[in-house]
Amino acid sequence: MRQTQRLEHGGRIDRSRTIKFTFNGREYTGHPGDTLASALLANGVSIVGRSFKYHRPRGIVGAGPEEPNAIVQVGSGALTRPDQRATQVELFDGLEASTAARLGFDPMGVNNTFSRMLPAGFYYKTFKWPAKYWPNYEKRIRQAAGLGHAPTEADPDRYDHMNAHCDVLVVGGGPAGLAAALRAGRAGARVLLADENAELGGALLSERVQESTRIDGRSYRDWIDTTSAELAAMDNVRVLTRTTAFGNYDHNFLGLMEDKADYRGGPAEGEVRHRLWRVRARRTVLATGALERPLVFGNNDRPGIMTVSAVATYLNRYGVCPGWRAVIFTNNDSAYRTALDLKAAGRDVAAVVDVRCKPSSALVDAAREAGIPIHDSSAIIRARGSRRVKSVQIARVKYGQLTGDYETIACDLVASSGGWSPVVHLHCHIGSKPAWDDVAACFLPGPDNPGQCSAGAVTGQFSLRDALVQGFEQGGAVASELGFEPGDDKAPSAPTPGDVLPIEPFWLAPSERPLSRGPKQFVDYQNDTTAADIALAVREGYESVEHVKRYTAMGFGTDQGKLGNINGMAILAWLLDQSIAETGTTTFRPAYTPISFGAVAGRTADHLFDPIRKTAMHDWHVANGAFFEDVGQWKRPWYYRRVGESMQQAIDRECHATRNSVGVLDASTLGKIEVHGADANRFLDMIYTGGRLKMKTGTCRYGLMLHEDGMIFDDGVTAKLGENHYYLTTTTGGAAGALNWLEQWHQTEWPDMDVFFTSVTDQWATIAVNGPKSRDVLQALCDDIDFERDAFPFMTFRDGTVAGVSARVFRISFTGELAFEINVDANYGRHVWDAVMAAGEPYGITPYGTETMHVLRAEKGFIVAGQDTDGSVTPMDMGMHWAIGKKKTDFIGMRSLSRSDIVAEGRKQYVGLKPRDGQIVLPEGAQLVDDPQAELPMPMIGHVSSSYYSDTLGHAFALAVVKNGRSRHGEIIYSPQPDGTVIAAEITDPVFYDREGARQYV
Amino acid sequence: MFQIDCPWCGPRDQSEFAYAGEGGIKRPEDPSALTDAEWADYLFMRQNPRGRHHEQWRHVHGCGQFFDVVRQTVTYRIESVDLPGRPALANASGEVR
Repeated sequence: MRQTQRLEHGGRIDRSRTIKFTFNGREYTGHPGDTLASALLANGVSIVGRSFKYHRPRGIVGAGPEEPNAIVQVGSGALTRPDQRATQVELFDGLEASTAARLGFDPMGVNNTFSRMLPAGFYYKTFKWPAKYWPNYEKRIRQAAGLGHAPTEADPDRYDHMNAHCDVLVVGGGPAGLAAALRAGRAGARVLLADENAELGGALLSERVQESTRIDGRSYRDWIDTTSAELAAMDNVRVLTRTTAFGNYDHNFLGLMEDKADYRGGPAEGEVRHRLWRVRARRTVLATGALERPLVFGNNDRPGIMTVSAVATYLNRYGVCPGWRAVIFTNNDSAYRTALDLKAAGRDVAAVVDVRCKPSSALVDAAREAGIPIHDSSAIIRARGSRRVKSVQIARVKYGQLTGDYETIACDLVASSGGWSPVVHLHCHIGSKPAWDDVAACFLPGPDNPGQCSAGAVTGQFSLRDALVQGFEQGGAVASELGFEPGDDKAPSAPTPGDVLPIEPFWLAPSERPLSRGPKQFVDYQNDTTAADIALAVREGYESVEHVKRYTAMGFGTDQGKLGNINGMAILAWLLDQSIAETGTTTFRPAYTPISFGAVAGRTADHLFDPIRKTAMHDWHVANGAFFEDVGQWKRPWYYRRVGESMQQAIDRECHATRNSVGVLDASTLGKIEVHGADANRFLDMIYTGGRLKMKTGTCRYGLMLHEDGMIFDDGVTAKLGENHYYLTTTTGGAAGALNWLEQWHQTEWPDMDVFFTSVTDQWATIAVNGPKSRDVLQALCDDIDFERDAFPFMTFRDGTVAGVSARVFRISFTGELAFEINVDANYGRHVWDAVMAAGEPYGITPYGTETMHVLRAEKGFIVAGQDTDGSVTPMDMGMHWAIGKKKTDFIGMRSLSRSDIVAEGRKQYVGLKPRDGQIVLPEGAQLVDDPQAELPMPMIGHVSSSYYSDTLGHAFALAVVKNGRSRHGEIIYSPQPDGTVIAAEITDPVFYDREGARQYV
Repeated sequence: MFQIDCPWCGPRDQSEFAYAGEGGIKRPEDPSALTDAEWADYLFMRQNPRGRHHEQWRHVHGCGQFFDVVRQTVTYRIESVDLPGRPALANASGEVR
């Protein structure tokens, strides 16, 4: 297909090269410098999508981030990018783009025929009942809506993050932004200039090259090139193109996304696709420009109807004219410039329809002189044509009412301009509200955010000359604030604009018929929201703009209402008979335009998502068939499976060996903290429920830590290594939290105490040797410690040499068996582990993992903080009165233990459960009830916290908390299951094995 | 993302810090002398103001130190940072300066 709409000359495209692309499978050609949208228009493609709800054919409306219709899928497979705006997709050779909707005959077009039955809120009202079917409805509605699809394969590309600091961040490379960057850069400030376009220049790129429009005596194009070159030559200035500032966050922190590869078809090997810039700026100049609003009239969504500025952009920047015979509809002067551009390009301008009365200004007069018919005090009432606009009906309008003089004008292009809406998005991201300006008929940025200012069209400064001056001044002002000295050079100067006739706000063309009966007047193209929908919302009682947005869907979608929102809010204000200022806007939130998930993730993906912590013995575990469990960031052996074994068989074997001979656990992951200082004992006495003042060196004590509310949050063993020197263990997952806890109390409450904390978790490898034969294994490895029962009593430790390595051996037990924990320098951990395995061979020493550890400790009723406790249980609830120092007058949480609701009857208490059918393992977390036949909602009296099958006991068992459970031993309670079955279990003591606790003392 | 001026390390991104609750709350000298209501007040009641808020932060991925911050909860402006519980920060009634 030929590029029938391409002009002979002009544009910033490289006509020397022709590149190929496909759209919905058809091949087309374009030139480097085109966007997908400009190339499609050049090829005469007018339908680029089907609308969301009514499936009406839609064409390209805009030329930038505001585009609501030309939403395409680019590429295929893992590299496919959904919901891309064709107006911002740069053309490259081989580009493949497609639309989700059918552009030819579309059976869903029936929705348009019956559209009166599909008002706003239709889906909610119709598909709400029965609620359980909503997921099915939603899926079908979404399919019909024609949005893009996410890739199903993993993303093979790389993304990265860049942290950057600068003195001045300038957002937007249009005239104001360039002037600001120039001034601040010349003053010596470190400047970062970001622009979403492929090249700098902003709105100037859309201007016609002509003798009368010059900056500092140079053509626009020449001035952009010179300015870009000057900025590039400054070491203190960095310019980022194809980089969108998508979010403005607190304290001058902005997020930028740079496209490093999509624009040329994807990254080469080793390259990055997108880069997310995290910029902390000392000052920010927002020169984000303005977006043109369309005017709202009947059938204003027909392909061939665009904004005036889009037409100007396609004409002047891309050398494409989207039609042959245009009608321009406006309420302000800027559209006349484009009327003249069209004329200069040799196209027919059938009419300028201006809502203003007898317009006269420099531009209007120039258009009149060029022979363009001007219809004043008039409006387009409706467009005609189905797959492309064929004509428009215009009429005289006075005070918003039709006054006759209907006329039909044939055309194939309609360009409308309802004025300009400053891009206040970034300014508003951090909570500032925009302020309505009646004269400029737009929302302007409110008071400046700290360290930020705005320049150019975003401030309502629509003349080029003033935008340049303002940008230059703001660039100088922020540089001076930071102590730089801007020179006294002059701002770039553009000719003084002639007289300009003010804009006349015009929000909705009147219609001969009531809103809901006439041709549809679209406000939000992407969501198919019409003026009638807003009227319906008002009739149904919605007043807040935020509610109307959610009821009508206006402002949702990939374009977030950039094109239609202000029109919609103004129409709402009119319907509510209040001012636009009173109506306000919806909330502007990041991201300004969508950013990729890849950019958000950066390198923090796959194996770099979270650090993995491995013990010194990890490789041994891997080599010996360990399955691993993640505990915090640690990889802990879960169980070791031998060939032919099931998981349960492996656990039974590990348990049997440990109970009857000897087992060994890698306990290196336990949190370990050393505490030093003259006040260490006093401090720890406050932290633990048990006494620490009278500990003897060489002994250990079990301890509970409570929060100040009296609830258990961690437990572990305290060893007194020497006078003023302690060593604590914490749970594996709780180590960081426990250290933070100690630091906080010390630093904020008792800073005068002489005490210091050091994490030594990683420095020590810990090998827990458990079982009746553990003493024999230790004796074979160590000859400088006396392991006899009375020489090395339970809850003490000894320093010595194990397998030739200096070691600290604790006699403590988490299994209830005779047990020793060997602690050595982590660098020797593997060596000592190997020695333990060799020394234990005669006894069939068996490594066990966390699952066996849990079975063994649960058989003994030993709690795991964070599993059997959940932040709502006290030591008394857990039956651990013994862990509280009898004579203590204070410790953290103590006062709470006598609060009325803590001592009240009916609290949940720690118990054991023995399922009546000993083969059924209760699910952990299962709720417990007294009467499984009770009416719903069934009163729940507790839950299961740990549950296992014990080969030693010969039946399943569980630990649980049950209301008044301690006085209910022997009673039966029930656990109803999701599948309808009910598990009955007997309440028992939580200690199932060796109830008198003799085994650990042997 | 805030930029917080750690009294020890200087200005750093918020991601290096952890919020550590309201500042200026002193643990009672003798908790056992308090009624349940008084104890509950210390334990649970917090200001949650719209405006100036006295809070604690910890430079957890830095020097590890806790310090006090006075921050505007509406604008998120950080008015001051200081060492924990420095008397200069609060007047006798505990009200933030």
